[in-house]
Amino acid sequence: MTEMLNLTLKVWRQEGPDSPGAFETYTTTVADDASFLEMLDYVNEDLIDNDREPIVFDHDCREGICGTCGVMIDGQAHGPQKATATCQLHMRQFNDGDEIVIEPFRAAAFPVVKDLMVNRASFDRIIEAGGYIDVTTGGTPDANLIPIPKDAAEAAMDAAACIGCGACVAACPNSAANLFTSAKMQHLNLLPQGQAERWDRSVAMVEKMDEFFGSCRNYGECGEACPKEISIDFIAMMNRDYVKAQWTNRRRLGERKVG
Amino acid sequence: MTISLDPRIPDGPLADKWDNHLFDMKLVNPSNRRKFKVIVVGTGLAGGACAATMGALGYDVQVFTFHDSPRRAHSIAAQGGINAAKNYQADGDSIYRLFYDTIKGGDFRSREANTYRLAQVSLNIIDQCVAQGVPFAREYGGLLSNRSFGGAQVSRTFYARGQTGQQLLLGAYQALAQQIEAGSCTLHNKMEMLDLVVDAEGNAAGIIARDLVSGELSRHSAHAVVLATGGYSNSYFLSTNAMNSNATAAWRAHKKGAAFANPCYTQIHPTCIPPADEFQSKLTLMSESLRNDGRIWVPASVDDVDTPPAQIPEDRRDYYLERKYPAFGNLVPRDIASRNAKTMVDAGKGVGPLHNGVYLDFASAIERLGKDLIEERYGNLFEMYERITGENPYETPMRIYPATHYTMGGLWVDYNLQTTVPGLFALGECNFSDHGANRLGASALMQGLSDGYFVGPPTVANYLSGKLGTEPVPTDDPIFETAEAELRGRIDQLMAIKGTKSVDHYHRELGRLVWDYIGMSRNEAGLEKALAEIPALREEFWRDVKILGTPEGVNQSLEKALRVADFMELAELQAKDALDRVESCGGHFREESQTPEGEALRDDENYQYVAAWEYGGPNIAQDTVLHKESLVFEDVTPSQRSYK
Amino acid sequence: MAQVVQRRSGADEPESTKRPPPAGRPWPLRFVDTTVGMKWVMALSGIMLIGFIVFHMIGNWKMFLGAEDINHYGEFLRELLYPILPKTVFLWIMRVGLIGAFLVHILAAYRLVLLNKQARPVNYQSKRNYIAANYANRTMAVSGTIVLAYLLFHLADLTWGAANPDFVRGLPYENFVASMERPIVAVFYIVANLLLATHLYHGAWSMFQSLGVNSPKYNSARRGFAIGLAVLIGVGNSIMPLAAMTGIVS
Ligand SMILES: Cc1cc2nc3c(=O)[nH]c(=O)nc-3n(C[C@H](O)[C@H](O)[C@H](O)COP(=O)(O)OP(=O)(O)OC[C@H]3O[C@@H](n4cnc5c(N)ncnc54)[C@H](O)[C@@H]3O)c2cc1C
Ligand code: HEM
Ligand code: HEM
Ligand code: SF4
Ligand code: F3S
Ligand code: FES
Repeated sequence: MTEMLNLTLKVWRQEGPDSPGAFETYTTTVADDASFLEMLDYVNEDLIDNDREPIVFDHDCREGICGTCGVMIDGQAHGPQKATATCQLHMRQFNDGDEIVIEPFRAAAFPVVKDLMVNRASFDRIIEAGGYIDVTTGGTPDANLIPIPKDAAEAAMDAAACIGCGACVAACPNSAANLFTSAKMQHLNLLPQGQAERWDRSVAMVEKMDEFFGSCRNYGECGEACPKEISIDFIAMMNRDYVKAQWTNRRRLGERKVG
Repeated sequence: MTISLDPRIPDGPLADKWDNHLFDMKLVNPSNRRKFKVIVVGTGLAGGACAATMGALGYDVQVFTFHDSPRRAHSIAAQGGINAAKNYQADGDSIYRLFYDTIKGGDFRSREANTYRLAQVSLNIIDQCVAQGVPFAREYGGLLSNRSFGGAQVSRTFYARGQTGQQLLLGAYQALAQQIEAGSCTLHNKMEMLDLVVDAEGNAAGIIARDLVSGELSRHSAHAVVLATGGYSNSYFLSTNAMNSNATAAWRAHKKGAAFANPCYTQIHPTCIPPADEFQSKLTLMSESLRNDGRIWVPASVDDVDTPPAQIPEDRRDYYLERKYPAFGNLVPRDIASRNAKTMVDAGKGVGPLHNGVYLDFASAIERLGKDLIEERYGNLFEMYERITGENPYETPMRIYPATHYTMGGLWVDYNLQTTVPGLFALGECNFSDHGANRLGASALMQGLSDGYFVGPPTVANYLSGKLGTEPVPTDDPIFETAEAELRGRIDQLMAIKGTKSVDHYHRELGRLVWDYIGMSRNEAGLEKALAEIPALREEFWRDVKILGTPEGVNQSLEKALRVADFMELAELQAKDALDRVESCGGHFREESQTPEGEALRDDENYQYVAAWEYGGPNIAQDTVLHKESLVFEDVTPSQRSYK
Repeated sequence: MAQVVQRRSGADEPESTKRPPPAGRPWPLRFVDTTVGMKWVMALSGIMLIGFIVFHMIGNWKMFLGAEDINHYGEFLRELLYPILPKTVFLWIMRVGLIGAFLVHILAAYRLVLLNKQARPVNYQSKRNYIAANYANRTMAVSGTIVLAYLLFHLADLTWGAANPDFVRGLPYENFVASMERPIVAVFYIVANLLLATHLYHGAWSMFQSLGVNSPKYNSARRGFAIGLAVLIGVGNSIMPLAAMTGIVS
């Protein structure tokens, strides 16, 4: 049965990237079968009624797949429920009388746009650096020409499940984007189609990642926060590919010809 | 302004039309391509694929999305899969069968030539996506796996777990990212197109966009404009679409001369989680595959609706789909499953705290197949259900109810996907082209990619070839100035209202009207009512909406207000179109047109046409002009659907 | 045909904390300049250090066999590979390697810590709730620094003699016992070695990850290995000062 929860919220409000921000406290009463973002919607309606600007937060699909949503809830990226994006978190996870602290994801590469909304374009830069397989539209062989071992396809799919939400960076005490980068890289590196560009991709993506983010020190916090439960094993695989790429003959030969 | 509805269908036998047309269309010399500027609005499957392909070909592509990253377009949410007539399972599939199923599924309200091309191109899509690294499901032998979807008799659906849309979109996004890095595509993210600019000859000249971060308005001109901005399900407020999906781009184009076709064709998906309370913000789709093993029922008697399901014995349950459609049972098409659920709930047999759902029960499947197998098949869906509702579907039946999911209607386009505004193309869900009155499962992804990768680029090029030597209209031209000033005026007007109710309030109210009167079943009285109430609501909105803050910087209320303002107009056209079509077909069920058993009854004699509406003025119900494109069936014979 | 990439300012342009590596830099430098390369180097130097610590500990255990043995062990080290190489030459080669490993390890560690500070200039303003990150891994820099301080003191104490008033070159056993007669020093030895153990509790697991040595087959064994090594070093090293304090070794 539906229960009503009385909650105190401490929400980070910040006008723009360079303005100082601060927590503001609100109280609200919501049904426990509301989702977390519906709770915020509700608070916003209340704010608007009282002529106060609503809290800005990012969201879109509300199905845990687009990766748009994401805030720190009580010191955890996407909040307390495992494998759950902020939009899929429901108020059932909280108790009557709780105080909930809501803060934006923080990292130099994720500047605050406003309130709880941050700019994650740095992720796109990493993909642009090499997170793709170069194919000409229409110029491809039949899809069943290369059999792909089921295991490889499954592992690639595990990595490809990443929704690019940035929770890994937010959760990482070092603001490292290794989980995201490795997931994106290994999705392609694990597949036969991705082999041609494998070594260049590995180097390019790591170097681009380094322009924005901190260094992974293998804390594993990212994997705990990840709504898609991406494994930190992919980080190890990325590390190996990156090191291997340094010694790969073909890449070095190719580089010499170009350079 | 009068418009021509020439579908420009190429001559020749059905199977050769596209190939002939590809040869007949003009090409653009590689060295000239860079001189052409193309605006692509939308980075979903259709837009992302089109932009990436045209960028790689060498055109100067300007890509717009209101998302922060192209990868977040609503296509990402598609779960089930994508159809293609590969016949890898050798179970009798073929291009023709896919074509036939699609056109029949659409209740014979789509163009043969377009639908056939879709089936044809479906083969290339799978090749393309696999080459890009889309991790489709595979068999142990390493070959691609297929499943049968939405009651299809062949296994032609390719899938990547429950995340097919995501994986396909990532493929298109990655291809686009490569072009962005190469400099051939320029990304304008967090930029919402708010108007189309049309030159003196009536050709598309560019767009006006608002930067959602700074609030600045900007003008962009190009030789051609491609819209791939998705559907308008959110006019219902509650739908399975992403919260920000909207019809503004299409509606603005409509107001600038693009005909809007079949707005009343909307698809209601039967298996969604019913709303839990009035603050519900959107509805979550549960994959259709659940109907393969789940049995749908309601209590036979109204007295039992509050009895816990476990305490209702078999003889007091009504498995209504199995009872009414013994051949197809729980696997009847979406529209039929949806309508029957509504009938049950309307009869007072709805279950759950708000009496707004029907049961989808796995008890007998678990008994028959074992919990492990059910978990293997539907484990993550069950988890998702539990996360949202707090109920464990292994123990108590799921509750489901239909929700708006997809819109078959959209901008009218010819065979080249060009709208009635020359130089303005519409791709993907935002056009009306391939699905007729009802879309089959796993066919929207197919259409998005077909339009984006394979149909859009050559047809846009064909248009551009005629523009060689011309420059786009400069952005300081008066047509851009007027358009921008007009938009600025609209924004200022909204900001100045300073009324009493939030944008969401109005959106919710609109949704209620649209759902009640233009929902799963429609009748004249209801539609008349909608036509009276929607303009009244719109008028109230423009008088009383409350938007705080300023138009500068991030202002999510303003963003929503601009979208809701357009939904308010579009909804009226939906009602108008629904009222006009006094037949039942696909997703459009008119109570006046049904068989004695209560099934949909089509009227081919009077309604075998596409209703293309031309904007005529602010009083939509009166001013909008109907044009008809009659549908000619040369290869197939329309038949009445029967699933008994 | 590469065009100039135009990017929008504002929404599209995140700040980069580090410039891209200058083109044309030789690849080994470019390699270690990235965080992944640097971690690889750290892991390699960590392995060398682990190797040293383990052998050093086993060597030191000889003290339980009496002064003779351990002093003889010192002599053995000095005469390693003699007469192929002159006395102490090979020892010095090992020392240079060891010093190198320490330097690389420490420099890399500080560089990474610094980079990570820059990567989040504004920290979270509310309390974090960690799930996987534990005390051991979040205090790597602290435990490392204390181990470094310990090391310097240790060298001054037992190798150079500056911190040990009773120092006699060539008699490590006696020097050690004399040093341990100062309770503060003995406690410092124990604390430092326990911190070294926590350092290894994370480090010995983490280095596999950094090197990319990863396979589902033995991943589960990594944690066990790290715990084992941490306990071995923590207990194995601490019992020596304890033994000296309690008079077992005197
Ligand atoms: C829950 C769910 C499940 C589905 N499952 C399936 C399935 O299994 N199989 C299947 O075939 N189909 C499925 N569909 C349907 C399918 O996902 C969509 O029809 C299809 O993805 C639409 O793609 P699109 O490229 O046309 O548009 P979208 O993906 O909606 O993209 C629209 C793009 O336009 C941009 N845009 C819109 N307006 C503007 C503007 N004014 N200014 C700037 N940019 C703008 C947006 O930012 C976005 O990038 C599903 C749909 C839903 C809701
Ligand atoms: C005797 C000494 C030491 C040993 C055996 C040792 C061993 C290790 C090992 C094996 C790692 C793991 C490397 C990896 O994760 O890839 C590590 C990490 C680390 N070491 Fe040491 N170390 C020693 C001394 C020091 C010292 C003196 C410092 C001082 C500053 C230090 C600082 C660090 C830090 C900060 C890390 C974490 C690096 C990271 O995970 O990114 N270590 N150490
Ligand atoms: C409690 C444990 C320890 C004891 C009893 C101990 C004892 C000693 C002794 C007796 C020496 C002098 C050897 C000689 O001069 O012949 C020595 C040298 C040294 N110890 Fe330790 N040690 C301990 C722990 C450590 C640790 C943890 C480290 C590293 C962080 C370390 C690093 C060194 C180094 C670098 C030298 C110099 C080696 C050389 O001169 O070649 N020791 N130790
Ligand atoms: S790895 Fe996980 S946490 Fe990181 S971006 Fe991807 S989905 Fe989000
Ligand atoms: S939490 Fe950070 S340190 Fe590495 S393992 Fe995850 S990125
Ligand atoms: S809103 Fe899409 S993942 Fe949360």
